[in-house]
Amino acid sequence: MPPAPRRWLAAFGRFCWEFLLGDTPELFVGVVVAVGAVALLAHAGAEPRGLWRALTVGALPVLVVVVLAASLRRARRSARSAEGSEPS
Amino acid sequence: MGSDTIVLVVSVFLASAVEMVEALTIVVAVGVTRGWRSAFEGLAAALAVLAVLVVAIGPALVHYVPLDGLRIAVGGLLLVFGLQWLRKALLRATGLKAKHDEDAIFAEHVAQLSTGARPPGARDATAFTVAFKGVFLEGLEVVVIVLTLGVADHRLGWAAAAAGAAVVVVGGVGALVARQLAGVPENAMKMAVGLMLVSFGTFWSGEGVGVHWPGSDLALPVLVAAYGAVAWVTVAVLGHARRADVELV
Repeated sequence: MPPAPRRWLAAFGRFCWEFLLGDTPELFVGVVVAVGAVALLAHAGAEPRGLWRALTVGALPVLVVVVLAASLRRARRSARSAEGSEPS
Repeated sequence: MGSDTIVLVVSVFLASAVEMVEALTIVVAVGVTRGWRSAFEGLAAALAVLAVLVVAIGPALVHYVPLDGLRIAVGGLLLVFGLQWLRKALLRATGLKAKHDEDAIFAEHVAQLSTGARPPGARDATAFTVAFKGVFLEGLEVVVIVLTLGVADHRLGWAAAAAGAAVVVVGGVGALVARQLAGVPENAMKMAVGLMLVSFGTFWSGEGVGVHWPGSDLALPVLVAAYGAVAWVTVAVLGHARRADVELV
C-alpha cells in the first residue's frame, strides 16, 4: 500500500480506538462480554419462559451496572493513588 | 408520539446541546480573538459536513443492514458511549474528577489564538480551521448518536430534527449570552444523556440478541428509571466515600 493511504488508515484506526476505547477500555470490553453472555443465555432455551425469561431480561441491565461499578472503582482507585503521591 | 419517541427526542436534544455548548465555546473564542467571519465560516462548513454524513450514511444503514444485526451493533455502541458519559458525569458529581469549566477552556483557547499572527486580509485560515475542527469533532459524537438512535428505531427524521433544534437553541442562547456558557448545567445534562443512551443501548442490544422485554417499548422508561436510581445511589455512596477520603487526608 502506498505511504499516504497507509498513513490515513493508521490515523483512522487511531481515531476509532480513541473514540471507542479512549482511557476506559474496560467499558468497551465489559459491554462486548455482557452482550455476548446475554446472547448465549437468550439462545440457550428455545422459548424462554418463567424464571429463565426473567433471567434473560434481568441479566443485561445487571451486567451493565457491574461494568459501570468496576470502571468507577478503577477511577476511584487511580484518583486516590494520584492524591497519595502528591507532595503535601 | 410514543414514550420511546419522546425518550429518543429528549436524548438526542440533550446530547446535541451538550456538544454544541462545547463547540460554541471554541467558536466564540475564535470569533473574539481572530474575527467572526472565519469563525462562522468554519462553523457553517463543519455543520454542513456533519449534515451530509447523516444524510449519506443513515438511509444506507436502514436499507442494507439487517435490523437485528444493526440493533446489536447500535445498542453496543450506545452502551459504550452512554457508559462513558455516565461514568464521567458520576465522577464529576462526586468530586473524583474536575468539573468541565467552559470559562477555563475559553480562556485557554483565547490565549492560544492570540499568540499567532493574524493575516491582513479578510480570511483567516487559522480561525477557520480551529472553528471547523472544534465543531466537527464535537459534532461527530452527535452524528453517531443521531444515526444509532434514529436508524435502530427507524426514526432518523425525529433524531435529526432534535439535533437540529439543539443547534438552533444553543446557537441562539449562545448569541445572547456569548461568554457565559459556564452557567449551563452541563454535568446534569451529561448525566441525563448518559442514562438515556445506556437505557437505549440495553434495550436495543437486548432485542438484537433475542431478549423479549416485558411490555415491549414500555420497558424503555423502566430502564431509564432503574439506571437513574442506580446513578442516584452511586452519587450518594461515592460522595460519602470521597468526603471520608478527604477527611482522612
